[in-house]
Amino acid sequence: MDFSWLSDPFYQGYLWEGFVNTLWLLLVSAVGGLLLAVGVALARLRGPRPLAWLTWAFTTVMRGTPLLVQLFFFYYGVGRLLEGVPGIRETFLWPLLRDPFFFAALTFILSVGAYSGEVIRGAMQSVPRGELEAGRAFGLSSFQVLVRLWLPRAIQLCLPTLTGEMILLLKSVPLVSTIALMDLLQAANIIRDETFLVYEPLLLIAGIYLATTVVLTLGLRLVELNFPGMRPTRRRWLPISSTG
Amino acid sequence: MASMTSEGLVDWAGPILSGALTTVQIAVLAYAIGLLLGLLGAGAKLSPWAPLRGLATAYSTLIRAVPELLLIILLYYAGAQALDALLARLGMAGAVQITGFATAVGVLAFVQGAYMTEVFRGAILAIPRGQLEAADAFGFSRWTRFHRFVLPGMLPNALPGMSNLWLILIKDTALISVIGFNELFFTIQQAAASSRAYFLFYSAAGVIYLLMTLSSTALFARLERHVRRGQPTEV
Repeated sequence: MDFSWLSDPFYQGYLWEGFVNTLWLLLVSAVGGLLLAVGVALARLRGPRPLAWLTWAFTTVMRGTPLLVQLFFFYYGVGRLLEGVPGIRETFLWPLLRDPFFFAALTFILSVGAYSGEVIRGAMQSVPRGELEAGRAFGLSSFQVLVRLWLPRAIQLCLPTLTGEMILLLKSVPLVSTIALMDLLQAANIIRDETFLVYEPLLLIAGIYLATTVVLTLGLRLVELNFPGMRPTRRRWLPISSTG
Repeated sequence: MASMTSEGLVDWAGPILSGALTTVQIAVLAYAIGLLLGLLGAGAKLSPWAPLRGLATAYSTLIRAVPELLLIILLYYAGAQALDALLARLGMAGAVQITGFATAVGVLAFVQGAYMTEVFRGAILAIPRGQLEAADAFGFSRWTRFHRFVLPGMLPNALPGMSNLWLILIKDTALISVIGFNELFFTIQQAAASSRAYFLFYSAAGVIYLLMTLSSTALFARLERHVRRGQPTEV
């Protein structure tokens, strides 16, 4: 095992850039994806028939095909088609369309939207009807019922599943190295090419991923425990409250 | 323009079909081995012997905390090296095709086994204790107890997880293309690069994978009805 390359500032730079890009992509896809997921769930439950059907087709395709294929489809397939659109090179969109980060974020947002959208839809269906009717009876508008009752109650029900989805998202990030985006794996690949070391850079980033997964899992567990309405169960779990 | 369209889906249909066949072969073999590893892992995790429990916990925790693609690349090089050394010792050096296929299967099975361990562990723990105690009370041997009580008792609980893992496995086979082994998605990438019809071929890839996952879902639904026969139906 030879880790002497770790002291090289160039390689440190690659690894740092890869780490930052990994976290940045995770954040953008998680926020964008969860917003899309709420839209997907609503469209399937309350949308007009054609929209509900289209959303069903969207989730089926996104969940039934490999993420790697989707990444290639958007980056090479859609990307090349867009390049052919006349005049697009002069618009403000052009720098965006040259950027692999844009396509990676787009693919991940759509993927999270499909997977988490199904989770949220299931949770929204399990919220007892009576609670929503109570909200209406108290004079809340249907939008207020959605924002104040339906969504918070649904998220409460599926929060552990959603945090699990976020861990899965973190573990999908290395796929973006295939479209030449500088993530941790791409950094490791560059170091491997230059130092002719097969295992060491990969083992290092495996360790970084392991640590990131652990930290993210613990952080998300804190979110779960502090989510409103989750507190009663927390008190019951902690042995302290039963003794004192 | 004519030269652009001359190389289309039809010219690549043969290689793509044979790639799809390789993908199915890899997936089925890896799944079978993964099931075995999962059973062993779950058995180890529930065993009264602490070192065995620790080993199984380390296996399922470590593998599940590291991205699949990273594991596949790491294990692929390590596995290929080990297999090459083995083949060289047997005097069969240079059998690259065997090495590629076998390591692809082995790597996916190893990763699959870690996830399967958790599925089986949960399913075995969900069997009502009385059923297993009854088996012990009637004096059944360990093997009979396993395949007459534990296996049929846990299958209804395990099948949704097993079906999920099969779908994940089919989608994970595409990762093998990153290593350069000639399966479905690798063939598609070659076709797309050679014809420059990226949109067409990546759409075709999506359709083929979708057909595989949708037909598997239907199959698993039938299987689940079969293992749940005789159980009260949920509303």
